[in-house]
Amino acid sequence: MNTSTDYLAVVPEISGRGAISAWGLLRLRQHLEKGLPLTPRPYLTLAEQTGLTEQEVMTAVDQWQAQGLIKRLGLVVKHRTLGYTANAMVVWDVPDSWLRSVAETISGAPFVTLCYQRPRRLPDWPYNLFCMIHGVDRQRVLAQIDNLIASAHLEAFPHAVLFSTKAYRQCGGRYVSND
Amino acid sequence: MRLDTTDKQLINLYQRDLSVCERPYQEMARRLDIPEEEVIDRLQSLRNHHVISRVGPVFEHHRAGASILAAVAAPPEQQDLVAARINRAPGVNHNYAREHTYNLWFVMTAPDEDTLDERLDELEHQLRLPMLRLPMVAQYHIDLGFDIDWEALA
Repeated sequence: MNTSTDYLAVVPEISGRGAISAWGLLRLRQHLEKGLPLTPRPYLTLAEQTGLTEQEVMTAVDQWQAQGLIKRLGLVVKHRTLGYTANAMVVWDVPDSWLRSVAETISGAPFVTLCYQRPRRLPDWPYNLFCMIHGVDRQRVLAQIDNLIASAHLEAFPHAVLFSTKAYRQCGGRYVSND
Repeated sequence: MRLDTTDKQLINLYQRDLSVCERPYQEMARRLDIPEEEVIDRLQSLRNHHVISRVGPVFEHHRAGASILAAVAAPPEQQDLVAARINRAPGVNHNYAREHTYNLWFVMTAPDEDTLDERLDELEHQLRLPMLRLPMVAQYHIDLGFDIDWEALA
């Protein structure tokens, strides 16, 4: 498990100019969690906000992407606003020896957006594999799940479908910012 | 907000792989054949109308700090009240009602594992409700921004 001080361990070097200020990088992380500024030169704006140079900001973002700290750079769509209101969390109880292969099968379905293993909490919670489906229509999502079960022969694994009925909060992770 | 073809193109093309360069919006503008200023205005408008939450980096949860999925079983008539209390806890960034006895599902984040545990303990104590703590064990598939099915939405 990585710790929150990881950003210090991934301080990128810029040739000839030494390491970038760790304090500046923490500030950069705080600002980036709120999104790229909508200014003609967003990296320059971030530089002005963090005391780094534009080049240092771009180098840091490049390296964080290469290292996997940033997994995606682009528009973060609010699917619910667009009409994806049938949002289902499907949970499965899969024997450990089968877990990887079932997870890979489920991940391969085009309508599955996330797939995770999580611990069971017996007796209340027997499920150890989670996947998310963002759909437009409840009946269609249920049909997609039925088709997946039939085509991948998942009948043996108990599952439950938890549609979301209300979003009380939905925003990006704020790991280091204060607001 | 009614999205036109250009808005849809922006969403189709730029959920991932935004290039890191001095003028990223100018690059988008060239590809869409519209002025840079219009790209920025459109992104601003998409954000104001909550079609996008931000133009962003999405940080990898496990590498960006500690995070956990948790659920509580709230009495149905108290669901909104309990949800509001969960929202007031520090670091909660997702909070949904779902159809199950465990009816409130939230994601909590913190700078490190110890802080996360403390926050959950505090919340559990406050709510006095059974809580499931379900940290990620393994990740098999990451959301890289799926293709929007505009026809299904129409």
